Amino acid sequence: MESLYLLLPLSVLLVLALIGVFGWAVNAGQFDDLDREGWRVLEENRSETAGTARTPFDPDQA
Amino acid sequence: MTQSIPALAAPVYSDRVVRNFALASVLWGVVGMLVGVLIAAQLTWPELNFGISWLSYGRLRPLHTNAVIFAFGGCALFASSYYVVQRTCQVSLFAEKLAMFTFWGWQAVIVAAAISLPMGYTQGKEYAELEWPIDILITVVWVAYAIVFFGTIGTRKVRHIYVANWFFGAYILAIALLHIVNSAAIPAGAMKSYSAYAGVQDAMVQWWYGHNAVGFLLTAGFLGMMYYFIPKQAERPVYSYRLSIVHFWALIFTYMWAGPHHLHYTALPDWAQSVGMVFSLVLLAPSWGGMINGVMTLSGAWHKLRDDPILKFLIVALSFYGMATFEGPMMSVKTVNALSHYTDWTVGHVHAGALGWVGLITMGSLYYMVPRMFGQTKMYSVRAIELHFWVSTIGIVLYIAAMWIAGVMQGLMWRAVNPDGTLVYSFVESVKATFPFYVVRLVGGLLYLGGMLIMSWNVVKTALNGRTVSAPIPAVAMA
Repeated sequence: MESLYLLLPLSVLLVLALIGVFGWAVNAGQFDDLDREGWRVLEENRSETAGTARTPFDPDQA
Repeated sequence: MTQSIPALAAPVYSDRVVRNFALASVLWGVVGMLVGVLIAAQLTWPELNFGISWLSYGRLRPLHTNAVIFAFGGCALFASSYYVVQRTCQVSLFAEKLAMFTFWGWQAVIVAAAISLPMGYTQGKEYAELEWPIDILITVVWVAYAIVFFGTIGTRKVRHIYVANWFFGAYILAIALLHIVNSAAIPAGAMKSYSAYAGVQDAMVQWWYGHNAVGFLLTAGFLGMMYYFIPKQAERPVYSYRLSIVHFWALIFTYMWAGPHHLHYTALPDWAQSVGMVFSLVLLAPSWGGMINGVMTLSGAWHKLRDDPILKFLIVALSFYGMATFEGPMMSVKTVNALSHYTDWTVGHVHAGALGWVGLITMGSLYYMVPRMFGQTKMYSVRAIELHFWVSTIGIVLYIAAMWIAGVMQGLMWRAVNPDGTLVYSFVESVKATFPFYVVRLVGGLLYLGGMLIMSWNVVKTALNGRTVSAPIPAVAMA
């Protein structure tokens, strides 16, 4: 089963890399306020319309 | 007047590439499903290859799988990942020109596949049939895709990376790794190569690739769609955002070793088969956690499911995801596999996932994105979406029910033994007995294709009635 000599170390390396990414995410505070993050995608919707109405950078209105 | 000075206008999302990929996805969906219907008819009436080599089943079958997975599904993943990453990061795409290159590059891959597969060029690896020059082009396009996607994440204006982007990111990285390892080959001519691996090693690498392509492209990628478009369409946050994070990490840590279940009772060592079976069974937990999380997003707003056909697509897609991810672990149990392997049950299982999960979630997401890509609030005809939903759902049920019955029947016929130890049935008797189920499957496929045609009419009408406007990036307080 020579292919396992390739696939097994590859999987181990991958898991180590994943643990690294997970560690980064935790330390960077990605998962600190999970209750709020679920709502944010919906808020983005509201600001989309607000942004269109305001168009703060439109030189014609400035 | 504002159009004449776009440089000074409010910053806008890079939606041209999203629009292109969304339209391409619909087009390739029709093509891929049409080829699927043709080969389903060929299995029923073999004369339908008309004696023409490039219309033969063996060449059109990989064309069908490549077209629906990588052209229809692939273009939809490009479109939705580019759409979602911009909206959730509140920035336009990183390296917009490179994003446009991924569009034309990916179309070139699809056209090359559509020409080379019927001509008979193949590496002989399931879902990785394309020959080495096309494999190199795929690699180049994929690296560009990763640069655009992760570049956009890197330049985000929102500190938190939304869960959908984790799924999209995992799918992009995993497919890069799988493609490079599995497609390693020694070229022996312009359109001929030999795999870098031999015999059972090759089979193991192939199914490590094959099952993880299912896990990361057809599952993780489309879960990215699920975690964005269901909350948006339902106007409710994900049922449990915490669970969605657990879902992500549990799924990507366990998927990698499920591949050997494709090689039960082969030359692969027994222990490797058992490892594959155990990991497949473990996968049931994160899969169902994610499915329940998605469906429960509607809790308190179930009435929306009655009136909103787009939500019907998204939620029924999840129930097929739940069905397929229950059926899959069961089929990976060696004793069940002894009955199901090599029968049409496997084909039914794949299509529960492909037509039910991947197809419906894609269609729901496209119905959400397409009007917004053409400055509209909804599709040209909402009733046509409703019709599409019912036509395709009935098609799926006919398809998978026919294949279940056919598969179990074939498995039982093949293993039936007379008291004197001889086989009760010859193989051809099982083929003959399958005929009515192949007819039912063909009807199911025709219905599903019919739904896709309704969708393409609706998309064309929406596009013609709309105009291509660039959505401004809202000025949101950074967090």
